Amino acid sequence: MVLLDVKNLKTYYYTLRGYVKAVDDVTFAVESGKATGLAGESGCGKTTVASSILRVLSTGGRIVGGQILYKNIDLVKLDEEEMREKIRWKEMSIVFQGAMNALNPVYRVSDQIVEAITLHEPDVSKKEALERAKKLFELVGIEPSRVDNYPHEFSGGMRQRAMIAMALSSNPSVLFADEPATALDVIVAAQVLKLLKTLKEKLNLGMVLITHDLSIIAELCEYCVIMYAGKIAEYGDTVTIFKSPLHPYTIGLIGTFPSINAKERMRMVSIPGSPPDLLNPPQGCRFHPRCKYALEICRKEEPKYLEVDKGHFVACHLATKT
Amino acid sequence: MHENTSLIKVKNLKKWFAIRTGFFTSLISAKQFFVRAVDDVSFDIKKGEIFGLAGESGSGKTTTGRLLLRLVEPTEGKIIFEDRDITSIGEKEFKPFRRRMQIVFQDPYESLNARMTIQSIIEEPLVIQGLVGEDMAGRVQKALEDVQLTPPEEFLFRYPHELSGGQRQRVAMARALILSPEFIVADEPVSMLDVSIRAEILNLLVDLRNKYGTSFLYITHDLALARHICDRLAVMYLGKIVEMSNVDQVMLEPLHPYTNALISAVPVPDPTSKRVEVVIKGEIPSPINPPSGCRFHTRCPLYIGEICRTKEPPLVEVKKGHYVACHLHVK
Repeated sequence: MVLLDVKNLKTYYYTLRGYVKAVDDVTFAVESGKATGLAGESGCGKTTVASSILRVLSTGGRIVGGQILYKNIDLVKLDEEEMREKIRWKEMSIVFQGAMNALNPVYRVSDQIVEAITLHEPDVSKKEALERAKKLFELVGIEPSRVDNYPHEFSGGMRQRAMIAMALSSNPSVLFADEPATALDVIVAAQVLKLLKTLKEKLNLGMVLITHDLSIIAELCEYCVIMYAGKIAEYGDTVTIFKSPLHPYTIGLIGTFPSINAKERMRMVSIPGSPPDLLNPPQGCRFHPRCKYALEICRKEEPKYLEVDKGHFVACHLATKT
Repeated sequence: MHENTSLIKVKNLKKWFAIRTGFFTSLISAKQFFVRAVDDVSFDIKKGEIFGLAGESGSGKTTTGRLLLRLVEPTEGKIIFEDRDITSIGEKEFKPFRRRMQIVFQDPYESLNARMTIQSIIEEPLVIQGLVGEDMAGRVQKALEDVQLTPPEEFLFRYPHELSGGQRQRVAMARALILSPEFIVADEPVSMLDVSIRAEILNLLVDLRNKYGTSFLYITHDLALARHICDRLAVMYLGKIVEMSNVDQVMLEPLHPYTNALISAVPVPDPTSKRVEVVIKGEIPSPINPPSGCRFHTRCPLYIGEICRTKEPPLVEVKKGHYVACHLHVK
């Protein structure tokens, strides 16, 4: 079941030097019980997509076009009050990047979770909220007796789990996770990713996983959105994207991830150049200055975002020509 | 390419950082606590070799790297560079050695002085070593060419903020290279960089080794990268080396349960492969009070009993060149 349908979303940041087209015409969907991975280099707009949907954009950011349909309500049209009372946390929530710093160090973890619950659900008493916090701790694999600890008494992995518990505190249907494993050690990261996977299945969550690490998407997500410079380069189910990628950027990005299981050592592959300045993105296809297959048309005309196969979308002149 | 002579040898190296206690605590108990960051580590790095040091954060890999350059003074043990014991020679005597060993730090956003031009950053080692005048401009240009920042003139008078992360890391490498060192410590050189440019920096490192025969100590937490970069690999856990061998051996036939767990925790970029999961419990214990016996026994999935808890396993050679510290493999 499609929970969230993002259509032609455009989010620009207004700055003194002009506006930054951080998200430019992005279309994808999130289904319940399935995970969608948003991947790309830093600055490609993947976090902005999440903060646009939850409407927690930082100063200067504005949604300038498109629709965000959640259970047939267009979130773009809701005002801040309605967002807070109806949508945020009850319907969708987010685990921010760097969870170790997202908790307030001077309050007990329990107080912070209770606050999140009572703020979004005013009729829940503090006592009930605390009970719920304990249950959530059990769900994410922390000893419930430790809810009253302060964040500094937790290890990095536990703090990440506590943040996940907080995000789940009002039974949302969609969970956003922004780089959930980046600041963690390999083994702890593997534990957290496994937790996210079980939670997704157990609670039938629609999950959006924002990461730069394609291997995490390969492990966890059913669908995959590859973003480049504010636009979607390619979108489809994960197996198709990894096994038969069409966009040169996707191919390049997959190539930059060496497999640990390789039988022999290989020379690493990179994508030369760096992402464009989104204040004035290049004409035509935004990837053309780094693309080794670039043709004349790529410099002039922006490729359309087309469905080449059922559920497999790509924006590249080469892939959609035939 | 490999000469089999070692360039740098480390014997029983230890670094214990003393924990400062408050005045009143010191009245009650005179006991001094230490963080055993590096605890009895021995290895050698051969000429022209890329030696990888892998482990979780807090395993002591960065401290080991800094000890080798004597940026941190060792508590115990020996560091032998070529045939000279450099563990405790004075700063004046050590200065010529500094010319032969350099470091590239993790974060190129912090390791370059924002107020210096690229030229002055790269020539600073020459100035410090008193090599002023010996065709300095030419050497700076060559260093820039070596790290593929071409044409050099375009970069000389720029400031770090005008460069991208990858370019900054190249500048940091050029700074390390300008003295033509024989040994470079690369401390997680790509962990702050975007995936698409990671490979460029690592390939550069391999190319430099091939071109100049420079030895590298490559410190990393990313085993998938280490797999393709290093010649030999040592895995550290809580200040100790638990396994060490050539990289194929460690990756394809790991012997220590910790190495095995580390490898299986790395996600594989292939949605169709099902990896065997050996997720071990908990997190790395505190190095202030490391577990008795084998330090890994508290999390070990193959715990075999009493001996793991009481006796510390020594690092022994079980196959040629394959060292492991685990009771399972020691008779």
